[in-house]
Amino acid sequence: MKFTGVIAVSAALALGASACGDSGSGNGGGKGDSVTIGFVGDLTGENSGIVIPPKQGAQLAIDQYNATNPKVKINFKTYDSQGKGEQAVPLVKQAITKDKIVGMIGPTFSGESAQADPVLEEGKIPNISASATNAALASHGWKYWHRLIGNDNVQGAGIGNFIANNLKAKRLFVINDASEYGKPLAETVKATAAKAGAATSEDAIDIQGSDYSSTVNKAKAFNPDAVFFGGYYAQAGKLLKQLREGGVKARFLSGDGSLDKGLAQGAGGTTADGSIIGCPCLIDPTGSAGAASKKFAQEYKAKFNADPAIYSAEAYDAASAFISAVKAGNTTPEKINSFLSTIDQPGVSKQIKFSSAGEPTATDVYVYEVKGSELPLLGNSKTATVK
Amino acid sequence: MNNLISQFWPYTIDGLSLGAIYALVALGYTMVYGVLRLINFAHSEIFMIGTFAVLGMLHLFGMPSNVGGFALVGLLVVFAAAGAVASGGSAVILEYAAYRPLRRHGASRLAALISAIGASLFLQQLFARIVVPWAFGLPKEKGALPIQGHFVKRTDVIHIGSFELSNDRLIVIVGAVLMMVLLDIFVNRTKLGRGIRATAQDPETAVLMGVNIDRIVTATFAIGGAMAGVAAALFMLRFEETRYDVGFLLGIKAFTAAVLGGIGNLRGALVGGVVLGLFEMYGSAIFGSEWQNVVAFSVLVLVLMFRPTGILGESLQQARA
Amino acid sequence: MNDSSSGNPLTRVRGAYSSAADSIRDRWSGAPSWVRWLVYVVLIAIALVLPADGIGSFMSPYTDWPTLLFFPIGGYILLGIGLNVVVGQAGLLDLGYVAFFAIGGYGMAVFGVKFGWSFWEILPVGVALSALSGIILGAPTLRLRGDYLAIVTLGFGEIVRITANNTNYIGGPNGIGGIPHPPSFSEWTIPDNGLFDALGLGGVQPFKYGALDGKPYYYLMLLVIVIAIIFVKRLESSRVGRAWASIREDEDAAELMGVPTFKFKLAAFAIGAAIGGATGVVYASQAVSIIPTNFPFILSATILAAVVLGGSGNLPGVILGSFLVAWIPERIRGLQEYRVLVFGAVLVLLMVFRPEGLLPSRRRKAELAEGSGGMGSMGAEVAGPATVAAGEVGE
Repeated sequence: MKFTGVIAVSAALALGASACGDSGSGNGGGKGDSVTIGFVGDLTGENSGIVIPPKQGAQLAIDQYNATNPKVKINFKTYDSQGKGEQAVPLVKQAITKDKIVGMIGPTFSGESAQADPVLEEGKIPNISASATNAALASHGWKYWHRLIGNDNVQGAGIGNFIANNLKAKRLFVINDASEYGKPLAETVKATAAKAGAATSEDAIDIQGSDYSSTVNKAKAFNPDAVFFGGYYAQAGKLLKQLREGGVKARFLSGDGSLDKGLAQGAGGTTADGSIIGCPCLIDPTGSAGAASKKFAQEYKAKFNADPAIYSAEAYDAASAFISAVKAGNTTPEKINSFLSTIDQPGVSKQIKFSSAGEPTATDVYVYEVKGSELPLLGNSKTATVK
Repeated sequence: MNNLISQFWPYTIDGLSLGAIYALVALGYTMVYGVLRLINFAHSEIFMIGTFAVLGMLHLFGMPSNVGGFALVGLLVVFAAAGAVASGGSAVILEYAAYRPLRRHGASRLAALISAIGASLFLQQLFARIVVPWAFGLPKEKGALPIQGHFVKRTDVIHIGSFELSNDRLIVIVGAVLMMVLLDIFVNRTKLGRGIRATAQDPETAVLMGVNIDRIVTATFAIGGAMAGVAAALFMLRFEETRYDVGFLLGIKAFTAAVLGGIGNLRGALVGGVVLGLFEMYGSAIFGSEWQNVVAFSVLVLVLMFRPTGILGESLQQARA
Repeated sequence: MNDSSSGNPLTRVRGAYSSAADSIRDRWSGAPSWVRWLVYVVLIAIALVLPADGIGSFMSPYTDWPTLLFFPIGGYILLGIGLNVVVGQAGLLDLGYVAFFAIGGYGMAVFGVKFGWSFWEILPVGVALSALSGIILGAPTLRLRGDYLAIVTLGFGEIVRITANNTNYIGGPNGIGGIPHPPSFSEWTIPDNGLFDALGLGGVQPFKYGALDGKPYYYLMLLVIVIAIIFVKRLESSRVGRAWASIREDEDAAELMGVPTFKFKLAAFAIGAAIGGATGVVYASQAVSIIPTNFPFILSATILAAVVLGGSGNLPGVILGSFLVAWIPERIRGLQEYRVLVFGAVLVLLMVFRPEGLLPSRRRKAELAEGSGGMGSMGAEVAGPATVAAGEVGE
């Protein structure tokens, strides 16, 4: 119910926004000045579980800002792309031409980003993704594109080195979910670990299938001491369960797509305990990483009655970047974009600062260990140790 | 190739247990096709409903865990019954709502196929958006996520060298074969079974001979649905997890199995299921699991090129032979 | 009609709808050719002003209307026209039509990105490539009948998608990015005054293909659709069209009468595939990036639903059906997560109340009444109280 409530509010806000937008992009009237920031992602589809938290993170930042009664308010409008590029493209065009957004948070996934980002680029709308990690996105020379999350190469290298150096694994079996997210990530992990001297082998699973026994048999034949899965938690839990049942006892690792309690649920009981999940993101419900993180966790919990989850801190930071731009008196997309190119301020998840390509300058990868239904932070992948 | 040689028995057993589930689901496609010449596209959702019925029973029993031995077989019989009732019942409702009105208008099979696709989308979304969140007390956006019910204690029944047979795989294979034998006896020995065969052979003559076609069609859907329900119970025993679109890929494969064996032919469903399951596993071992589905469909194309009506040939009435 | 007029209100509404559709059709077939041309011109004029803002704000309040008109609406219509050749005219059930869409799309991506060809060079190549793949698929499988063909084509669609996903040369699951837009014809701008402004088309550059404005792509799609319609329409009334009809109605009889059925079935497959490929090329030129998940099985099913819903075998019906199937889910975005649920229910209801489609062709209706229905009817037909289809034809 809470969910529909949020939607209703944002829809009401959006109505206000388009009413303003119709009178021209200048927003003529004195006190009622406002600009609109959009959020596009899979809000109702099958992966909405990892899109709702960032949406709420951004919502929190903007609501907090509006509550200070600023000179220029920010409207927050959401667009449900179902995670599909062919739906994201017309929605983004609508956001630019009709809703006159001045900034966009998202698209959330890499696949839809590849189709929708060129539209934002031509529309000259600054955009910050809190979760699209595909490395190739940065290679197009887009000027308005940014992200606040380390890309798959950063993540894959971090996890690969962790496996080879910190875990000292000699034989690594890599599994991917044949998606545009999981496959490149798994490949980077494999290449990094191989470079560090580990023997590797690989296989893939079909995300619509239920029976992974052929992959399990292949892993069993390889006899690894670590298994890495590039993919999402819905499959990771199932895969881990079948690996253990098939007698593969190696330590299980995965990336940010599997950083969810659903992994332990899917594997059942205590099967997932000791598994390690790497992520270029910071999820810190207990606030152990610092004061800003603690404050964010408390406020998030108070507002949404849930712990901050994946990408919520990054989306909060993305919204904060836009808020800082608006606070500094920038209300056009062009000005906001040039503000973003020089922004350098502390955020919850990392320092908010972009390279000229739009990548975050911070490249930390964090590792988390599954313990029961919790995912406590182990620390930075460079230094964390496992018992 | 080395994989296949060193892990031959695991691949074979996994292929058989996968094929057994394909075969049971394929029965629903093949029976409906035999009688109505209709691809019942929504049969995969009938299967899905069965898996959720099993999950509901698990909750009713207070989520038992680590059940093994004979207790597991007993529990499974209850689950199979629940799955059969839920799936069989919804198959009958489906026929009544989505197909019967079309039959009355003498609509083309193509129209019925589209109605089936619509029903399939509707049932999937009904579960993802309304039924699952309501039944399991989840927030609405989580209805599309997988739901687990872990209850099986897995043990090896036989363990000789690399030949390992776990209790769940054994039950799946034995259970599926048992159901097929029972169905075969039913279709060949009972009056209702004779009616089904007669209708499949020649509906107009069957009517003249006093067969009540509506009753036969209802029975066909009920039996095919019940088989999917039993398959759902076996599936839950093996994988202990389901979600709203669990039937999608499985349904396509089961239909492939039905065609492979010879659609409309009950024994063909068993042969098709087992052949498909084994080839998928062996193919994955050789080419990598990402080619599993390509192997499955390539086998289908190759078989149909040489045997255009499937391995055992067509039609329900030939099930006697 | 005696049964249905005494039936329940729904049956009566259905009867009224049918007779209205029939009287329009009668008048159309009796109209002189200048009237027909006038209607064609008016229809094209309407299509040209369709992307106007005023229309868009009603048709699509939630998402960008011109882009929607390009894809899914325009794309579905073109795919529907192509699939109609295979399903509606030749009576072959194809459940893997999306494969040809994918081949066209990947053709555009590979030649555009890796070889630097322009859109206009790739279009014929992509179309030829798709037609060739239609022949390659058809040659070994077209001897199969009915539903065997359905499952084999379904398998083919999956094989194409999975192979694209597993092939690193075409980007694997990442697909191909940076696909070039068509080169712009001219920078000509529709004058920003009077009539055009009132239509909301002032300031549009209809021949400049950028990323933001969807209208030029819509006009491009419209052009391809019009060409496809003319092509298919001419085929339909030629020897080829008559051969297809005879195969659809009774393949054995057609063969006995000396129709080389295999050759004509293969031609239907190739032509359908070519139109699917053209859609793929046009779509990819706008999408900038394509990935294998753009081509799921459910798209094949959706296009088939569009064809049957509109009236398999009748071009205006197919266009209407494709439009509705593409448009309804976008229009009901306000229903949030329930929209696919509603869409599924609408499909079932429309089939239950109008199994012959919204605008069936005359010949199709007659076939239905005979119970052969081209694709054949279901085995156990029940002579119910309301045999409407038969009643209508006997009218």
